[in-house]
Amino acid sequence: MKVLGIETSCDECSAAVVEDGSVILSNVIATQIELHKPYQGVVPEIASRLHTQWISQVVSAALKQAKLSIECIDAIAVTNRPGLLGSLLVGVNFAKAMAATLGIPLVGIDHIRAHLYASQVEHPLEYPYLGVLISGGHTVICKVNGYDEIDVMGTTIDDAIGEAFDKVAKHYGFGYPGGVMIDRLAQKGDPLAFLFPGPSLQKGDHPYDVSYSGLKTAAINQLDQFWNGSAEKSDENIAASFQRSAINILTKRIRKALDDTKLNRMAVGGGVAANSLVRRELTSIDKVEVAFPSMKLCTDNGAMIAALGYRYIADGHVSPYDLKTSARVAAFKRSYP
Amino acid sequence: MSSMPEARVFHCISVDDTFALGIKIGEASPSGSVISLQGPLGSGKTVLAKGIAVALNIDEPIVSPTFTLVQEYCGTRRLHHMDLYRLEGQEEFESIGGEELLYGDGITVIEWSEKIEALLPPHTINISISINDDQSRTITLRGLRL
Repeated sequence: MKVLGIETSCDECSAAVVEDGSVILSNVIATQIELHKPYQGVVPEIASRLHTQWISQVVSAALKQAKLSIECIDAIAVTNRPGLLGSLLVGVNFAKAMAATLGIPLVGIDHIRAHLYASQVEHPLEYPYLGVLISGGHTVICKVNGYDEIDVMGTTIDDAIGEAFDKVAKHYGFGYPGGVMIDRLAQKGDPLAFLFPGPSLQKGDHPYDVSYSGLKTAAINQLDQFWNGSAEKSDENIAASFQRSAINILTKRIRKALDDTKLNRMAVGGGVAANSLVRRELTSIDKVEVAFPSMKLCTDNGAMIAALGYRYIADGHVSPYDLKTSARVAAFKRSYP
Repeated sequence: MSSMPEARVFHCISVDDTFALGIKIGEASPSGSVISLQGPLGSGKTVLAKGIAVALNIDEPIVSPTFTLVQEYCGTRRLHHMDLYRLEGQEEFESIGGEELLYGDGITVIEWSEKIEALLPPHTINISISINDDQSRTITLRGLRL
């Protein structure tokens, strides 16, 4: 079964064709393809969010790369939650029109579930596993009992981990994309040049929650205060020290979650899953099998939507053609006790 | 119709001070308010937003909307928290459906609102935060009587 997956929930306009949930025939992301009009060369980051301008070209490119005509598509999966309503609607309406015209099944997909599922395309794990989503917009630690069944254990209480990377990189002029530049600089830096404090979580916060606002503020506004007094205040040392602290915050919670749930499998997703220290730290946890998505499945992409969509359709769960969009998903916004 | 209140300046020594001021602002803001928040990175904009959320009886954590652009919360009144840091300008704001949120019935808090200056309603409440040398914050409030 060939499923077309469409993702327009925030920054990226992406479409992909995946066969039987595991063979990626194409995975096109607007920011990464050469389009000649109206911009020369690669689509600038700022324009990618104008989904109406790209959706038709991106879907065409996905079909072309998969060497398939539109009639060969068996079903369409589309992100319908959570995200920006205006952006979600572009993808969802496009998918609806296409599915109705072709008379094929349509299924609405949860963006967060798709990220937690992304690694399963190439590295399937048995359920249940610990799911970790680390990106610019989300930081979620959860127990994944099935592709549709997720218990959220902890989230960020302020900034997402990827956002902290981005803001620190931007402040020090490390270049774009911020996360990649910090990872690169950190290879040559002293991770103990600055000893940033851990997060101050209040009572009532969940034991698996993380916080990045304090670390961001410390790294940007209070550098001198946390300097070890001897190392050079270089970009490399700032990057290495910040990265070490940011990832420590995360791995501490992940280790606790693994211990408490006694899970020995873990799947990681989201843009920060591409970070080399994250990969090194998490793969070094004893007796835990870790699945990481390949680089192109870390960031927002249509392939993870198509792959997860296949699972729903195979189990007979399809959406009506009047599929609704939702800016938020209640399960990922649990209230505090 | 009362005249526009004058600017008021607050001196916040700690995060708790900023948070408490946020609660007062949330309580005083009528439904339909648009609150513009300005200040450098790490100055406490999100802390102020957290206080506003408490005043609306929102019991979930207020997380940064920098990447998601908009976060929506339901309490006794609806809160839309927007961050336009990554937006290029008005066209993009309109394409994500931002204008509808400016004239909703809840409270809309906008960080980096200067990017859509011309679209802001006249009743917009302006808050600007600056960081002092001793790490305390000076917070200036315009357009709202506390």
